[in-house]
Amino acid sequence: MASGAAQDAGRTAIRVLAVASQGGHWEQMMLLRSMLETHATRFATTEADLLAKAGITDGIILPDCNLDAPWPSLKCLIRSFVTVFRLRPKVIISTGAAPGFFCLLAGRLIGARTVWIDSVANVEKLSKSGTLAKWVASEWLTQWSHVAKPDGPHHVGGVL
Amino acid sequence: MIFVTVGTQLPFDRLIEAIDTIAPSLGEPVFAQTGASTYTPRNIEWSARIRPIEVDAYFAKARVVVAHAGIGTILTCQRVGRPVILFPRLVAHGEHRNDHQMATVGQLEGRPGLYVARTGEELHALLAQDLAPPPGTDVVPEGRQRLMQHLDSVIRSAGAR
Repeated sequence: MASGAAQDAGRTAIRVLAVASQGGHWEQMMLLRSMLETHATRFATTEADLLAKAGITDGIILPDCNLDAPWPSLKCLIRSFVTVFRLRPKVIISTGAAPGFFCLLAGRLIGARTVWIDSVANVEKLSKSGTLAKWVASEWLTQWSHVAKPDGPHHVGGVL
Repeated sequence: MIFVTVGTQLPFDRLIEAIDTIAPSLGEPVFAQTGASTYTPRNIEWSARIRPIEVDAYFAKARVVVAHAGIGTILTCQRVGRPVILFPRLVAHGEHRNDHQMATVGQLEGRPGLYVARTGEELHALLAQDLAPPPGTDVVPEGRQRLMQHLDSVIRSAGAR
Protein backbone atom coordinates (compact mmCIF):
# COMPACT_ATOMS: atom_id res chain seq x y z
CA MET A 1 0.00 0.00 0.00
CA ALA A 2 1.10 3.57 -0.68
CA SER A 3 2.13 5.64 2.29
CA GLY A 4 0.10 8.68 3.36
CA ALA A 5 2.62 10.99 1.68
CA ALA A 6 2.45 9.06 -1.56
CA GLN A 7 -1.36 9.21 -1.50
CA ASP A 8 -1.18 12.99 -1.04
CA ALA A 9 1.18 13.16 -3.98
CA GLY A 10 -1.38 11.30 -6.09
CA ARG A 11 -4.02 13.83 -5.18
CA THR A 12 -4.50 17.06 -7.11
CA ALA A 13 -4.62 20.40 -5.29
CA ILE A 14 -7.87 21.38 -7.00
CA ARG A 15 -10.32 22.56 -4.34
CA VAL A 16 -13.71 20.88 -4.66
CA LEU A 17 -16.73 21.32 -2.42
CA ALA A 18 -19.16 18.37 -2.43
CA VAL A 19 -22.54 19.19 -0.87
CA ALA A 20 -25.30 16.67 -0.12
CA SER A 21 -28.17 16.75 2.35
CA GLN A 22 -28.70 13.80 4.68
CA GLY A 23 -30.42 10.66 3.40
CA GLY A 24 -30.38 9.61 -0.24
CA HIS A 25 -28.50 12.71 -1.40
CA TRP A 26 -25.57 11.85 0.88
CA GLU A 27 -25.60 8.14 -0.02
CA GLN A 28 -25.28 9.12 -3.68
CA MET A 29 -22.40 11.49 -2.99
CA MET A 30 -20.60 8.74 -1.06
CA LEU A 31 -20.79 6.53 -4.16
CA LEU A 32 -18.70 9.17 -5.96
CA ARG A 33 -16.28 9.51 -3.07
CA SER A 34 -13.38 7.50 -4.51
CA MET A 35 -13.11 9.89 -7.46
CA LEU A 36 -13.70 13.02 -5.37
CA GLU A 37 -10.90 12.10 -3.00
CA THR A 38 -8.37 12.19 -5.83
CA HIS A 39 -8.79 15.98 -5.54
CA ALA A 40 -8.68 18.39 -2.58
CA THR A 41 -12.34 17.77 -1.82
CA ARG A 42 -14.23 18.97 1.26
CA PHE A 43 -17.60 17.39 2.01
CA ALA A 44 -20.60 19.26 3.41
CA THR A 45 -23.85 17.75 4.71
CA THR A 46 -26.67 18.52 7.13
CA GLU A 47 -26.05 15.86 9.80
CA ALA A 48 -22.81 15.61 11.81
CA ASP A 49 -23.29 11.87 12.44
CA LEU A 50 -22.91 11.15 8.73
CA LEU A 51 -19.43 12.69 8.62
CA ALA A 52 -18.38 10.68 11.66
CA LYS A 53 -19.79 7.49 10.14
CA ALA A 54 -17.86 8.12 6.91
CA GLY A 55 -14.66 8.91 8.82
CA ILE A 56 -14.53 12.44 7.40
CA THR A 57 -12.81 14.74 9.90
CA ASP A 58 -12.73 18.01 7.93
CA GLY A 59 -16.40 17.96 6.87
CA ILE A 60 -18.74 20.93 7.04
CA ILE A 61 -22.24 21.01 8.54
CA LEU A 62 -24.92 23.15 6.93
CA PRO A 63 -28.40 23.70 8.36
CA ASP A 64 -31.06 21.60 6.62
CA CYS A 65 -33.84 23.40 4.80
CA ASN A 66 -36.30 23.09 1.96
CA LEU A 67 -37.32 25.82 -0.41
CA ASP A 68 -40.92 25.84 0.83
CA ALA A 69 -39.87 27.24 4.22
CA PRO A 70 -38.47 30.78 3.75
CA TRP A 71 -36.98 31.42 7.20
CA PRO A 72 -34.83 28.26 7.59
CA SER A 73 -33.91 28.67 3.92
CA LEU A 74 -32.53 32.16 4.55
CA LYS A 75 -30.39 30.82 7.41
CA CYS A 76 -29.21 27.99 5.21
CA LEU A 77 -28.43 30.40 2.35
CA ILE A 78 -26.26 32.58 4.60
CA ARG A 79 -24.31 29.60 5.96
CA SER A 80 -23.86 28.20 2.46
CA PHE A 81 -22.51 31.54 1.21
CA VAL A 82 -20.11 31.86 4.17
CA THR A 83 -18.84 28.31 3.51
CA VAL A 84 -18.26 28.91 -0.20
CA PHE A 85 -16.65 32.35 0.25
CA ARG A 86 -14.26 30.92 2.86
CA LEU A 87 -13.25 27.78 0.99
CA ARG A 88 -13.05 29.37 -2.47
CA PRO A 89 -13.52 26.02 -4.26
CA LYS A 90 -12.77 25.77 -7.98
CA VAL A 91 -15.63 23.29 -8.38
CA ILE A 92 -18.84 22.76 -6.39
CA ILE A 93 -20.77 19.53 -6.87
CA SER A 94 -24.16 18.77 -5.32
CA THR A 95 -26.49 15.78 -5.41
CA GLY A 96 -29.14 17.96 -3.71
CA ALA A 97 -31.05 19.32 -2.08
CA ALA A 98 -31.66 22.99 -1.10
CA PRO A 99 -28.33 23.58 0.74
CA GLY A 100 -26.52 22.30 -2.36
CA PHE A 101 -28.52 24.69 -4.52
CA PHE A 102 -27.45 27.64 -2.33
CA CYS A 103 -23.80 26.56 -2.49
CA LEU A 104 -23.98 26.44 -6.30
CA LEU A 105 -25.52 29.92 -6.30
CA ALA A 106 -22.67 31.22 -4.15
CA GLY A 107 -20.22 29.37 -6.37
CA ARG A 108 -21.38 31.28 -9.42
CA LEU A 109 -20.58 34.54 -7.63
CA ILE A 110 -16.95 33.51 -7.09
CA GLY A 111 -16.55 32.04 -10.58
CA ALA A 112 -16.47 28.37 -9.57
CA ARG A 113 -17.58 25.58 -11.90
CA THR A 114 -20.88 24.32 -10.51
CA VAL A 115 -22.33 20.84 -11.05
CA TRP A 116 -25.85 19.81 -10.14
CA ILE A 117 -26.48 16.06 -10.17
CA ASP A 118 -30.21 15.65 -9.70
CA SER A 119 -31.10 12.85 -7.27
CA VAL A 120 -31.62 9.41 -8.77
CA ALA A 121 -34.93 9.49 -6.86
CA ASN A 122 -36.35 11.88 -9.46
CA VAL A 123 -37.21 9.40 -12.18
CA GLU A 124 -39.89 11.46 -13.95
CA LYS A 125 -38.95 15.10 -13.48
CA LEU A 126 -36.41 17.11 -11.55
CA SER A 127 -36.99 18.21 -7.97
CA LYS A 128 -37.80 21.83 -7.17
CA SER A 129 -34.21 22.75 -6.36
CA GLY A 130 -33.10 20.64 -9.33
CA THR A 131 -35.31 22.66 -11.67
CA LEU A 132 -33.99 25.94 -10.25
CA ALA A 133 -30.42 24.63 -10.51
CA LYS A 134 -30.66 25.22 -14.25
CA TRP A 135 -29.87 28.88 -13.56
CA VAL A 136 -26.85 28.33 -11.32
CA ALA A 137 -25.23 25.13 -12.59
CA SER A 138 -22.56 25.14 -15.27
CA GLU A 139 -23.25 21.39 -15.54
CA TRP A 140 -26.93 20.53 -15.09
CA LEU A 141 -27.31 16.75 -14.89
CA THR A 142 -30.03 14.13 -14.47
CA GLN A 143 -29.24 10.49 -13.67
CA TRP A 144 -31.98 9.20 -15.98
CA SER A 145 -31.57 9.27 -19.77
CA HIS A 146 -35.33 9.59 -20.33
CA VAL A 147 -35.45 12.80 -18.23
CA ALA A 148 -32.63 14.43 -20.23
CA LYS A 149 -33.38 17.05 -22.91
CA PRO A 150 -31.17 18.56 -25.64
CA ASP A 151 -30.94 21.89 -23.76
CA GLY A 152 -30.52 20.16 -20.39
CA PRO A 153 -30.68 18.58 -17.99
CA HIS A 154 -28.02 16.38 -19.57
CA HIS A 155 -27.33 12.72 -18.87
CA VAL A 156 -23.79 11.41 -18.48
CA GLY A 157 -24.51 8.35 -16.33
CA GLY A 158 -25.87 7.71 -12.86
CA VAL A 159 -24.93 6.02 -9.59
CA LEU A 160 -27.33 3.06 -9.88
CA MET B 1 -34.50 -10.42 11.68
CA ILE B 2 -36.69 -8.19 9.55
CA PHE B 3 -35.71 -4.52 9.64
CA VAL B 4 -38.36 -1.99 8.71
CA THR B 5 -37.57 1.66 8.04
CA VAL B 6 -39.72 4.52 6.81
CA GLY B 7 -37.05 7.21 7.08
CA THR B 8 -37.07 9.82 9.80
CA GLN B 9 -38.97 12.71 8.26
CA LEU B 10 -42.50 11.67 7.34
CA PRO B 11 -45.04 9.35 8.99
CA PHE B 12 -45.94 6.10 7.22
CA ASP B 13 -48.61 4.50 9.39
CA ARG B 14 -49.95 2.27 6.59
CA LEU B 15 -46.66 0.34 6.38
CA ILE B 16 -46.05 0.20 10.15
CA GLU B 17 -49.58 -1.07 10.76
CA ALA B 18 -49.26 -3.62 7.93
CA ILE B 19 -46.04 -5.11 9.31
CA ASP B 20 -47.42 -5.03 12.88
CA THR B 21 -50.44 -7.02 11.70
CA ILE B 22 -48.36 -9.57 9.77
CA ALA B 23 -45.64 -9.97 12.43
CA PRO B 24 -47.27 -12.61 14.69
CA SER B 25 -47.51 -15.06 11.78
CA LEU B 26 -43.89 -14.63 10.67
CA GLY B 27 -42.03 -16.44 13.44
CA GLU B 28 -39.15 -14.00 13.01
CA PRO B 29 -38.29 -10.89 15.05
CA VAL B 30 -39.13 -7.53 13.50
CA PHE B 31 -37.57 -4.17 14.36
CA ALA B 32 -39.00 -0.96 12.91
CA GLN B 33 -37.68 2.59 12.68
CA THR B 34 -41.03 4.33 12.66
CA GLY B 35 -39.91 7.94 12.09
CA ALA B 36 -42.77 10.38 12.46
CA SER B 37 -45.49 7.66 12.32
CA THR B 38 -48.25 7.96 14.92
CA TYR B 39 -49.40 4.32 14.94
CA THR B 40 -48.05 2.50 18.00
CA PRO B 41 -46.95 -1.06 17.15
CA ARG B 42 -48.08 -3.89 19.47
CA ASN B 43 -46.35 -6.94 18.04
CA ILE B 44 -42.91 -5.69 17.06
CA GLU B 45 -39.96 -3.85 18.55
CA TRP B 46 -39.59 -0.30 17.36
CA SER B 47 -37.83 3.03 17.76
CA ALA B 48 -38.86 6.39 16.30
CA ARG B 49 -35.33 7.25 15.24
CA ILE B 50 -32.10 5.28 15.08
CA ARG B 51 -28.98 7.44 14.88
CA PRO B 52 -27.33 7.36 11.43
CA ILE B 53 -24.15 6.05 12.99
CA GLU B 54 -26.02 3.04 14.41
CA VAL B 55 -28.44 2.28 11.61
CA ASP B 56 -26.02 0.27 9.43
CA ALA B 57 -25.86 -2.39 12.14
CA TYR B 58 -29.62 -2.93 11.79
CA PHE B 59 -29.30 -3.32 8.01
CA ALA B 60 -26.42 -5.76 8.50
CA LYS B 61 -28.36 -7.89 11.02
CA ALA B 62 -31.46 -8.09 8.82
CA ARG B 63 -32.36 -11.08 6.62
CA VAL B 64 -34.54 -8.71 4.64
CA VAL B 65 -35.29 -4.97 4.83
CA VAL B 66 -38.79 -3.55 4.38
CA ALA B 67 -38.89 0.15 3.54
CA HIS B 68 -40.54 3.10 1.91
CA ALA B 69 -39.09 3.67 -1.56
CA GLY B 70 -36.45 6.13 -0.35
CA ILE B 71 -33.24 6.22 -2.37
CA GLY B 72 -31.08 6.41 0.77
CA THR B 73 -32.52 3.11 1.99
CA ILE B 74 -32.20 1.47 -1.43
CA LEU B 75 -28.53 2.47 -1.73
CA THR B 76 -27.78 1.33 1.81
CA CYS B 77 -29.28 -2.11 1.06
CA GLN B 78 -27.10 -2.38 -2.05
CA ARG B 79 -24.03 -1.38 -0.04
CA VAL B 80 -24.60 -3.92 2.72
CA GLY B 81 -25.96 -6.60 0.36
CA ARG B 82 -29.46 -7.09 1.78
CA PRO B 83 -32.65 -7.72 -0.21
CA VAL B 84 -35.19 -4.93 0.22
CA ILE B 85 -38.96 -4.92 -0.19
CA LEU B 86 -40.11 -1.45 -1.22
CA PHE B 87 -43.54 -0.26 -0.15
CA PRO B 88 -44.13 3.07 -1.92
CA ARG B 89 -45.70 6.07 -0.22
CA LEU B 90 -48.86 7.34 -1.90
CA VAL B 91 -50.27 10.84 -2.10
CA ALA B 92 -53.78 9.32 -2.00
CA HIS B 93 -53.09 8.31 1.62
CA GLY B 94 -51.38 11.62 2.44
CA GLU B 95 -48.00 9.88 2.73
CA HIS B 96 -45.95 12.23 0.56
CA ARG B 97 -46.17 15.47 -1.38
CA ASN B 98 -46.19 13.66 -4.73
CA ASP B 99 -46.17 10.13 -6.12
CA HIS B 100 -42.47 10.03 -7.04
CA GLN B 101 -41.98 6.88 -4.91
CA MET B 102 -44.46 5.11 -7.17
CA ALA B 103 -42.39 6.24 -10.19
CA THR B 104 -39.18 5.16 -8.44
CA VAL B 105 -40.41 1.60 -7.88
CA GLY B 106 -41.70 1.53 -11.46
CA GLN B 107 -38.16 2.20 -12.67
CA LEU B 108 -36.39 -0.10 -10.21
CA GLU B 109 -38.74 -3.10 -10.00
CA GLY B 110 -37.13 -6.26 -11.31
CA ARG B 111 -33.55 -5.27 -10.48
CA PRO B 112 -31.77 -7.98 -8.50
CA GLY B 113 -32.31 -7.71 -4.75
CA LEU B 114 -35.17 -5.21 -5.13
CA TYR B 115 -38.77 -6.29 -4.53
CA VAL B 116 -41.97 -4.26 -4.53
CA ALA B 117 -45.11 -4.67 -2.41
CA ARG B 118 -48.07 -2.38 -2.95
CA THR B 119 -50.39 -3.97 -0.36
CA GLY B 120 -50.14 -5.74 2.98
CA GLU B 121 -50.95 -9.05 1.24
CA GLU B 122 -48.12 -8.62 -1.26
CA LEU B 123 -45.77 -7.76 1.59
CA HIS B 124 -46.82 -10.86 3.54
CA ALA B 125 -46.27 -13.08 0.50
CA LEU B 126 -42.78 -11.68 -0.13
CA LEU B 127 -41.75 -12.00 3.52
CA ALA B 128 -42.64 -15.70 3.40
CA GLN B 129 -40.05 -16.22 0.66
CA ASP B 130 -36.30 -16.59 0.70
CA LEU B 131 -35.35 -13.42 -1.19
CA ALA B 132 -32.11 -13.14 -3.15
CA PRO B 133 -29.76 -10.27 -2.21
CA PRO B 134 -28.46 -7.59 -4.62
CA PRO B 135 -25.17 -8.21 -6.44
CA GLY B 136 -21.94 -7.32 -4.63
CA THR B 137 -20.52 -3.81 -4.50
CA ASP B 138 -17.10 -4.81 -5.83
CA VAL B 139 -18.14 -3.99 -9.39
CA VAL B 140 -18.81 -0.31 -10.11
CA PRO B 141 -21.84 -0.03 -12.45
CA GLU B 142 -20.97 1.25 -15.92
CA GLY B 143 -23.22 4.33 -15.59
CA ARG B 144 -21.54 5.38 -12.34
CA GLN B 145 -18.13 4.93 -13.93
CA ARG B 146 -19.14 7.28 -16.76
CA LEU B 147 -20.54 9.85 -14.32
CA MET B 148 -17.33 9.78 -12.28
CA GLN B 149 -15.14 10.13 -15.37
CA HIS B 150 -17.21 13.09 -16.53
CA LEU B 151 -16.98 14.81 -13.13
CA ASP B 152 -13.26 14.13 -12.94
CA SER B 153 -12.70 15.83 -16.31
CA VAL B 154 -14.85 18.82 -15.21
CA ILE B 155 -12.73 19.15 -12.05
CA ARG B 156 -9.43 18.81 -13.93
CA SER B 157 -10.38 21.40 -16.56
CA ALA B 158 -11.49 23.82 -13.81
CA GLY B 159 -8.15 23.28 -12.07
CA ALA B 160 -6.27 24.04 -15.28
CA ARG B 161 -7.95 27.42 -15.70
